[in-house]
Amino acid sequence: MPEPVNRITGIAAPLPRANVDTDAIIPKAHLLTIHRSGLGAGLFSEWRFDDDGRERPDSVLNQVPWREAKILLAGENFGCGSSREHAVWSLMDFGIRCVIAPSFASIFHENCQKNGLAAVTLDEAVLAHLVAVVQATPAATMTVDIEACRVTAPDGREFPFTMDAARRQALLEGLDEIGASLRHDAAMAAFEARDRAQRPWIHALPTA
Amino acid sequence: MTTPRSIIDKIWDQHVVADLGDGRVLLHIDRHMLHEVTSPQAYAGLAAAGRRLRRPDLTFATADHIVSTENGRTDDTVPGGPEMIRALRANAESTGVALFDLGDIRQGIVHVIAPELGIALPGATLVCGDSHTSTVGALGAMAWGIGTSEVEHVMATQTAILRRPPTMRITFTGTRPAGVSAKDMVLKLIATIGTAGATGYGVEYAGPAIRALSMEERMTVCNMSVELGARFGLIAPDAVTFAYLQGRPFAPAGDLWERAVEAWRALASDPGARFDAEIELDVSSLTPQVSWGTSPQDCIGVGETVPDPEREADPKRRQAMRRALDYIGLEPGTPIRDLPVDMVFIGSCTNSRIEDLRAAAAVLKGRRVAAGLRALVVPGSGQVRRQAEAEGLDRVFTAAGFEWREPGCSMCAGMNADRVPPGKRCVATSNRNFEGRQGPGARTHLASPATAAAAAVAGRIVDVRSFEGGA
Repeated sequence: MPEPVNRITGIAAPLPRANVDTDAIIPKAHLLTIHRSGLGAGLFSEWRFDDDGRERPDSVLNQVPWREAKILLAGENFGCGSSREHAVWSLMDFGIRCVIAPSFASIFHENCQKNGLAAVTLDEAVLAHLVAVVQATPAATMTVDIEACRVTAPDGREFPFTMDAARRQALLEGLDEIGASLRHDAAMAAFEARDRAQRPWIHALPTA
Repeated sequence: MTTPRSIIDKIWDQHVVADLGDGRVLLHIDRHMLHEVTSPQAYAGLAAAGRRLRRPDLTFATADHIVSTENGRTDDTVPGGPEMIRALRANAESTGVALFDLGDIRQGIVHVIAPELGIALPGATLVCGDSHTSTVGALGAMAWGIGTSEVEHVMATQTAILRRPPTMRITFTGTRPAGVSAKDMVLKLIATIGTAGATGYGVEYAGPAIRALSMEERMTVCNMSVELGARFGLIAPDAVTFAYLQGRPFAPAGDLWERAVEAWRALASDPGARFDAEIELDVSSLTPQVSWGTSPQDCIGVGETVPDPEREADPKRRQAMRRALDYIGLEPGTPIRDLPVDMVFIGSCTNSRIEDLRAAAAVLKGRRVAAGLRALVVPGSGQVRRQAEAEGLDRVFTAAGFEWREPGCSMCAGMNADRVPPGKRCVATSNRNFEGRQGPGARTHLASPATAAAAAVAGRIVDVRSFEGGA
């Protein structure tokens, strides 16, 4: 169940590449687990570490102060590819609480929501500005205010964003989505009874 | 007169359980497929909250991603793997879910077995914790990939929370030339509109070139819907669909079959149905496609040359192209044809069905894999493997020097022991050529089964149409 998220203030790391896929976010070697925890070690591991497991100094998330980043400034179509929720778990385990990008891949976007990772959409030009600012002043912090739907850049400039009301609510309240859905139990039962009559082949399967 | 509706509208309307009042609905899920990578954490969450699995009778499980594809395999695979297989087995057993386990002929890649067993049906909603769930849209199902939290939600409620997606119709016109496959059609589509070209859309594939496809070819097209960014992609069911499904183990039978077919016939989009976006692609002059970069949109005709980033106007695209060329080890202007390759992989949920194996075997018959090249063929399911053996395809593959393996995701997922070594070049029939997808440093070229088979023989990328037996 996600924790409520209201305002995120922290270091923002620039990673303005387009089409960063979930295979890159968490390479498959780190998926060999039945647990959700401890996945931060695998975050961008093929970019962050060399073949001998040593940190690559040129990798953004290995650099001071970006290795402490809470916010990731990403490129368009971030999180494309596989449905693996491990991508979100690894970002969060690393310490990332918000990803800002011009656009997100659909499944990844859903996975963010389910875990309380804020996925904020800002247009290309604003992102380019934010990237430039954090590259000039890496240690300055950025604030993402979910309640006010506003990003405050390290240079003090403010940028509003829009977020779907349900997504925003879920972040602010840390909703138990399954618990909320289960309150519709009567509607589910009614649907099933009606549907069983209309489409019996869906509900009464041959046993094999 | 009622408003004309698309097939997507019709399936959507039939599945709404509750309106959540803010544009989102609870949508009934008719079929839920589980596999070993994305379900253990969902089961753990369900148990931790003391919740039950609402409809075990609509839930099916198989292990595919991390399983070994070695002949004579056991649970033993990569480190961490056996624990995942055993978790799936124990979870399925304790919740009464049908499991197609290792050793069961019905085991296989989840998107291959769902249609093959008649679990996926026209007009149904089907989800799985895997992005290529879009494959089974070929049957006229609304099928999409979900994350583990959503897997848990479906387990507990047999519904998914969804916002109605915008709809797109992609119409393929013209007649496909000989030697050009469904894979080439979908690769060309992605190259044309890009990997974000249909982000968030529900897509209907339509038009004469789609109608002319076999059921298995339609699955190849729908499989790669997610590579366009689409939520799902589907094809209206027709006589081809019904002929494919009839008699499959979990498909309706007898009177129920007749009733179901009648309902399925009504699913096709009404004339005049509105889509939020329309795209048309003529396949008449299509050629076999091969990828040159690290995104499925980086595809060119086999007769073309690697594009030059310096000629690209968009600076971001230019940068991405440079990076892709650096990773893949190619220079702009290089003809993609005649590029030497080290490995060939025929398999994955895109191209591991019986027709794919037949197409590859037709090229390989009487030929040998080039010296020093490693070639794998991994059937999508136990049933595909058995069928191929009954037709003698396994002997064609092994005589040619291919490894004939047990079913699984194999080198497509790269999560098992099947990998392309760093720096090696592989022609693969799979769906993703991302950096590291087939193993760290692996260089993947996406292609059709026939093109991959021809490359195995030649030891380099070739135009299968000029290759005897290939057209």
